[in-house]
Amino acid sequence: MDYFCTHRARCRCSGGVVVVTNVTSLTRSGLADFVVQRVSAVIIGLYALCVFGFFLANPNMSHGDLVGYFGSTTMQLFSTVTVLATVGHAWIGMWTIGTDYIQLHYFGEHATAFRFLYQSGCLLVLFVYAAWALPLFWGQ
Amino acid sequence: MQVSVYRYNPDVDEVPEMRTSALELPEGKDLMVLDVLELLKIEDPTLSYRRSCREGVCGSDGINMNGKNGLACITPVSQVAKRGKLVLRPLPGLPVIRDLVVDMSQFYRQYEKVDPFLQNDSPPPAQERLQSPEERAKLDGLYECILCACCSTACPSFWWNPDKFIGPAGLLQAYRFLADSRDTATAERLAKLDDPFSVFRCRGIMNCVSVCPKGLNPTRAIGKIRSLLLQQGT
Repeated sequence: MDYFCTHRARCRCSGGVVVVTNVTSLTRSGLADFVVQRVSAVIIGLYALCVFGFFLANPNMSHGDLVGYFGSTTMQLFSTVTVLATVGHAWIGMWTIGTDYIQLHYFGEHATAFRFLYQSGCLLVLFVYAAWALPLFWGQ
Repeated sequence: MQVSVYRYNPDVDEVPEMRTSALELPEGKDLMVLDVLELLKIEDPTLSYRRSCREGVCGSDGINMNGKNGLACITPVSQVAKRGKLVLRPLPGLPVIRDLVVDMSQFYRQYEKVDPFLQNDSPPPAQERLQSPEERAKLDGLYECILCACCSTACPSFWWNPDKFIGPAGLLQAYRFLADSRDTATAERLAKLDDPFSVFRCRGIMNCVSVCPKGLNPTRAIGKIRSLLLQQGT
């Protein structure tokens, strides 16, 4: 059912139809997004604990120690999983923010174009982040 | 007491305005906000607002008082007025019909989406469908909602996506039927809620709990719906 604007003043949508869809949601399922966000948060938290724990346990570490630690297969896999978890976690969060705030009320009839640009920007940043980080972990 | 009231008559006014007037309140009495509105209406009969039972049962007079939603009839002036000033606005996020009267269609559409009635596909018994005292106790804190809309209109997620996010009031009622031992439509009810907006737009900020005039906890009900969805989905 169409929904017409309820904002009272200084709204730019002129009572138009609000069109926000879940087409670009990560999984299109609220439950799946919810689980991905929680599980990825746990992975990121565990990774942070491991890395900071290593730093704390080795106050006089050398560059060689660091390369050795992150060069082990376990850490290479863990780092890869964490980067992918961060990408998924960030996309769900940024998508939620975009579909909350980038609406007709504030952006007028160009809201969908603005949201597309915003989502494209987010995707680009996340892609660059993953494309930069993954080869780093695997020694390319 | 300085009382500032949101005034807007779309037939006449181009834009809404806050109209302030000084009101002499009787000494030694802590009036309810609804009493203040009644006094204002004596001075200006064009002031429009909803009211009915004047004892917090019908849910008609939900308004925003000094920034917080509540029922005007059971909110003492002393509880909301700050430095002798009372600011009254309509419930936020719903279209204004006139002054403090809002159009609740969107709110009711979301309520309608959760099928707020008992569904049971087994043949009805000769007498009523029975519940144990324990099963009945699960409905406490859920069935008392009077649909005043104070909670949903205090929720930013409902402001941003009122056509997709069910809102705390609707979700409290959704859980009321999910928790009912006599209802057999659990799977169908949950299937309708598993999208990124209906339930999962709740960010758990608990504005709904803070403003509910009946002291209910929609955030807890939403958490339980999420748990049920998780149990069903895994």
